[in-house]
Amino acid sequence: MESLEEIKTRIEAARPGLVIAIIPNPGPANQPALLLPNEYAAAAARFLRDDPALCFDYCSNVTGVDWLDRTVKKKVKVKKLVEGEEKEVEETQEEFFAGYLEAVYHLYSIARKHGPLVVRLRTSDRSLGVRLPSLTPIWRSAEFQEREIFDLYGIHFDGHPDLRRILMWDEFTDHPMRKDYREPDDYEYEPTAHDDVLVRAKEHAAPRPPLDGAEAITSE
Amino acid sequence: MTAGFHELAQAPPRRTSRFDGELLEVSMGPQHPSTHGVFRMNVALDGEIVRKLKPVFGYLHRNHEKIAEGTSYLGSMPYTDRLDYFCSMTNNWAYALSVEKLAGIEVPERAEYVRVILAELTRLVNHTSLLGFLLSDMGAWGTPLMYAFREREKVLDLFESLSGSRMMCDYMRFGGCRVDPSTEWMAEAQKIVDGFPRFLDEFEKLITTNEILIARTQEVGNLSAELAINAGVTGPGLRASGVNYDIRKVDGYGVYPRFKFRVPLGDHGDCYDRLMMRVLELRESLTILHQAMKQLPEGPIQNPKIKIRAFKPPLGEAYGRIEAPKGELGFYLISDGTGTPYRYRVRPPSLINLTILEDMCLGQTVADVMVILGSIDIVMGEVDR
Repeated sequence: MESLEEIKTRIEAARPGLVIAIIPNPGPANQPALLLPNEYAAAAARFLRDDPALCFDYCSNVTGVDWLDRTVKKKVKVKKLVEGEEKEVEETQEEFFAGYLEAVYHLYSIARKHGPLVVRLRTSDRSLGVRLPSLTPIWRSAEFQEREIFDLYGIHFDGHPDLRRILMWDEFTDHPMRKDYREPDDYEYEPTAHDDVLVRAKEHAAPRPPLDGAEAITSE
Repeated sequence: MTAGFHELAQAPPRRTSRFDGELLEVSMGPQHPSTHGVFRMNVALDGEIVRKLKPVFGYLHRNHEKIAEGTSYLGSMPYTDRLDYFCSMTNNWAYALSVEKLAGIEVPERAEYVRVILAELTRLVNHTSLLGFLLSDMGAWGTPLMYAFREREKVLDLFESLSGSRMMCDYMRFGGCRVDPSTEWMAEAQKIVDGFPRFLDEFEKLITTNEILIARTQEVGNLSAELAINAGVTGPGLRASGVNYDIRKVDGYGVYPRFKFRVPLGDHGDCYDRLMMRVLELRESLTILHQAMKQLPEGPIQNPKIKIRAFKPPLGEAYGRIEAPKGELGFYLISDGTGTPYRYRVRPPSLINLTILEDMCLGQTVADVMVILGSIDIVMGEVDR
């Protein structure tokens, strides 16, 4: 298989104006990813599938990832005037990264027997009803998996032939795989409006401290 | 004058249709004996011909992935047994393999061999039970399934004596396996593997030339190679359509490159090919088992450097996959450097093989739907997760 940089330059050459980023993967697995811009995602995916040398005819795995808002603390040395003298002082700066949702596609080639190529699509934010282009018209195997992302993460896929909930029931309103999903207080019965139930419901809706788990990630 | 018997036999297969041209919507399942669990299909019927089919599932959904993202890496290992509860050993292996990729762990040679032996034994269990279930779906009620379960029971006894549990084995660990199989266990396994061809020969003779079975499965539920690849069908279903893609050969994970075995291929992609694919794969599994048991080296079974408890892989992500009996079983993990995975995803072969169920069933009769579904081989624990 060609290296990721070669694939990147070839897709960019096939369609002028297209800029693809490479997302590094620091771990030992060495599976870095291509970040496709949303408006050209379908064209780039079709290129990956139809190019005779790449021939990624098989889309194995499609999944969503929820990245929360996060602040990364950095220690920076800054020059400052202290008592009339210029000195180097260490300061902690906070850098803010806005959260987003991601759809990750793992591509393989059955004809050429190589892979995986990891392709990512990113939404602009984490709001409800965010949209991404669907790659189901290119790889049919994404059909149920994109439906699952829609169900569990709440990403709407434009161009998907049959976008419905797949694992949760149709009347369900939330998206359980999001990191800030709140479980119901009681699975067993529908609460009636008695005092203690109302108190519990109030506690349930009260704001909670922000989620942890994402702070350790520093690479961007 | 009524048509004679001879003319009826010459006529194309009977295709009835409603007189008023209306479609009848039927909800098949979720408590249907042939749906292998709680699975439903909304079918639009023209007479008995399927015009539309939408699978409905999620009845067993417990959000396995969310639960795994709230527990330690090791904590999910017993839970992977419950995905495809027929093949807990291969589920364990796929998860262990992905974590080993994520953290860059090496596995001792003996453990790799033991893993191969257990995975191929699992394939024996899965494929024999599938053949039994499929025949059961076709009306050969009871007997073939009991024959298959008799053989399955022997292998499950082996699993029990090794791991303490028949189906929920929870046997593999990151960097090896939990317990070392004794020489007595190996001798017992060898006995079962040696005795297996006798059952398989008999079973094959009983089923594969059976006229009813041929009539029910040949040219039913055809699947072209192009559609199979595009729809992500993996495992025996893909190879029945003539696509040579076996992850044991392509990725060469574990110690599979050391064994000589063939990849059986079909050429029609119908239900009969899918069924025969299981029979042929059973034979190849037996050759792998013979070689692995012969070559099994001595040595440690677990990488001693790995801290199993308080296990923290480095920052990064990994996708690992194996050839499970039902197809490509993959795990996608993102580590944020803490003890719990930031993202844990199962790539379930059963779910993705269902994508083209509708395409395979269109134009077939309602009775064929059960045969087609049975030949895909699904387990709801894995579809719904």
